[in-house]
Amino acid sequence: MSTTHSTHPPSPPTMMHSSSSSGARPQDGAQPRPAPQRFNPIRLMQAPSVLILLAWMIVPLAMTIYFSVNRYNLMAPDQTGFVGLENYAFLLQDPAFWPSIGNTALLIGSVLAISVIGGTLLAVLFDQPFRGRGIARLLVIGPFFVMPTVAALIWKNMIMHPVYGMLAFVMRHLGMEPIDWLAEYPMLSVIIIVAWQWIPFAFLILLTALQSLDSDQKEAAQLDGAGPVRIFFYIVLPHLKRAITVVIMIETIFLLSVFAEIFTTTAGGPGTATTNLTFLVYAIGLQQFDIGIASAGGIFAVVLANIVSFFLVRMLARNLKGANEK
Amino acid sequence: MNDHKKSPLWVALLGWTCAIILFFPIFWVAVTAFKTEQQAYVPSLVFLPTLDTFREVFSRSNYLAYVQNSLIVSLGSTLLSLVLAVPAAYSMAFFPTGRTQKLLLWMLSTKMMPAVGVLVPIYLLAKNSGMLDTVTGLTIIYTLINLPIAVWMAFTYFNDVPKEILEAARIDGANAWQEMIYLLLPTAMPGLASTALLLVILSWNEAFWSLNLTSVNAAPLTVFIASYSNPEGLFWAKLSAASLLAIAPIMALGWLAQKQLVRGLTFGAVK
Repeated sequence: MSTTHSTHPPSPPTMMHSSSSSGARPQDGAQPRPAPQRFNPIRLMQAPSVLILLAWMIVPLAMTIYFSVNRYNLMAPDQTGFVGLENYAFLLQDPAFWPSIGNTALLIGSVLAISVIGGTLLAVLFDQPFRGRGIARLLVIGPFFVMPTVAALIWKNMIMHPVYGMLAFVMRHLGMEPIDWLAEYPMLSVIIIVAWQWIPFAFLILLTALQSLDSDQKEAAQLDGAGPVRIFFYIVLPHLKRAITVVIMIETIFLLSVFAEIFTTTAGGPGTATTNLTFLVYAIGLQQFDIGIASAGGIFAVVLANIVSFFLVRMLARNLKGANEK
Repeated sequence: MNDHKKSPLWVALLGWTCAIILFFPIFWVAVTAFKTEQQAYVPSLVFLPTLDTFREVFSRSNYLAYVQNSLIVSLGSTLLSLVLAVPAAYSMAFFPTGRTQKLLLWMLSTKMMPAVGVLVPIYLLAKNSGMLDTVTGLTIIYTLINLPIAVWMAFTYFNDVPKEILEAARIDGANAWQEMIYLLLPTAMPGLASTALLLVILSWNEAFWSLNLTSVNAAPLTVFIASYSNPEGLFWAKLSAASLLAIAPIMALGWLAQKQLVRGLTFGAVK
C-alpha cells in the first residue's frame, strides 16, 4: 500500500538535542561521531496511532490477498483450499467485470471533468464582488454536506421521476416529452447525481486557492491591455494548477469508491449499466457470498487506487518540505 | 471585501442563477417536508405548510433511534480519533525526527486504500466477532478511517504555533505535559475544533461502511434514508422531512467551518 514506508534512513539529530548537547561535547579524535540519539519518551505518544494504523493497513489487506488466492464461498463452506490465480481468472471472465471497469472509468472521468471545469468557472465567477456573494456561496457549497443516500433519493424521486419529477414538469411545460432518466440514461443520471455533490468541493478549494492570487498581477496585466480571457489562461489557470491537481487526485480516490448513490438508485442496473468496480465487489462478496472472487476484485481496486495515491503522496511530500523550510 | 469596485449586474445575475440551480434540490426538499403526501406530488409552491409529516416520521418509524446511532457513532469516533491523534501530532510537530515526514505521509497513504479493497475481510471480522450491526463496530471503523485526517490536520495546526512560546515555557521549567495542557491546547484550540468539525461531518455522511455493516440495531441516518429506496405508497413528504432533519444540522456546521474545511480536505495542500 505505502509508497513511503519502505526504508527509514538513520534519523539525524533533532534541533532539540543539538541545543542540549553543549555540555557533553565529544572529544576530537576519540569519538568522531556523537553518541546514538537518546530515546525521547515523548515519541511514545505516536505509538498508539502508528500501531493502530499499521494493523488497520496490514491485517485486512493481507486477508484480502489471502482470500483472493483461496477458494472460499460462504454458500459452500466445505470447499476450500489454495487455487492460485483462479479467482482472478474467474473475475476476468465475469461478464460484469469489464463493463464495471469501463463504468468506473466513465464515472470518475465524467465527474472529474464536470466538477473541475464547473468548479473553476464558478470560482472565477465568485472571485468577483457582487451583491449577496457570501450567501450565494453558501448555497453553492450546500450539496457537499448532503449525505449520499439523501442526495441519491432526492434526485431519483423528486427531480428525475418521469411523471412527478421537477425535470419532467419543466419539460412538459416546454412542450417536450419527459425523460425517464434512470431507465433511459442510467449512467448519465448517476454521473449527474455524483457530480452535483462534487462540484461544491472543487469550487470551495479552487476559490480558496484563487483568493491567494496577488491582485496586483491581474491589475498589471489589465493595464497592459490583456482581456479577461487572456488573464484567465495566462495568470489564473497557471496559479490554480496545483490546486486543480489536488482536487483531481482527492476526488479520484473518493470516486473510486462511489457506492451509496448506485446502491440506492439503480442497484447497478439495468443489467450492468451502472455497476462500477466497488458495486461489483459488493455484489459478488455480500450478495453471492463468493469471498474469493470478491477479494480478487478488491485487489484490483487497491492497485488502481495505489497508482493514484503514488502521485498524490509524492506531491504532498514536496509540499510538506516547502512548508517546513519556511 | 473590496466593495469599491462592484462588478456589472450580469455577474451578480449569473452567480445567483448558478447558486439557485445547484441549491434547488435542497430547497425543494425543505419545501416538500412541509407538505402533505398528496401535495408533495404537485410541483407547486402554493400550499398550506403543515408539520404533520414530521409528526408521522417521528411516530411511525423509530426515527430517534437512527438519530441516536448517528450521533453516538459520529461523536464517539471523532472523540476517539482526537484522543489518539492529538498526542501523536503534538510529538511529531514539536519533536520531529528524520522520519516524521515519512511517517505522516505513510499515515495519509492508509487513507487512500479504497474501502472496497478491505470490505470482505472487515465484514467477516465483524461478523465473527459479533461486531456486525453494532454501534461499537461502526465507531471503531470510523475512528480508523478518520485517524489519518485527524493526525494530519492536528499536525498542521500545531506546526502553525510559534516555536518561541514553547521555548519560553521550557526555560520556565514546564514539562511536556504542562506545556501541552496549558499552552498548546489553548493556542491550537480553534484548529482542533475545526478538525473535530470535519471529522463529525465526514462520519455523519459516511455511507459505504454504514450500508454494509449495519442493518437494524446500529443503523445510522444514512441507512434509514436508504430504506426509502424501496417504498410503499406515497412517501415523498416523509422522505423529505426525514432528509431535511438529517442534513440540516450538518450543513449548518459545514457552512460555519467552510474556510477550515479546505485545509482538512486537501491535507493542508491548499490553505
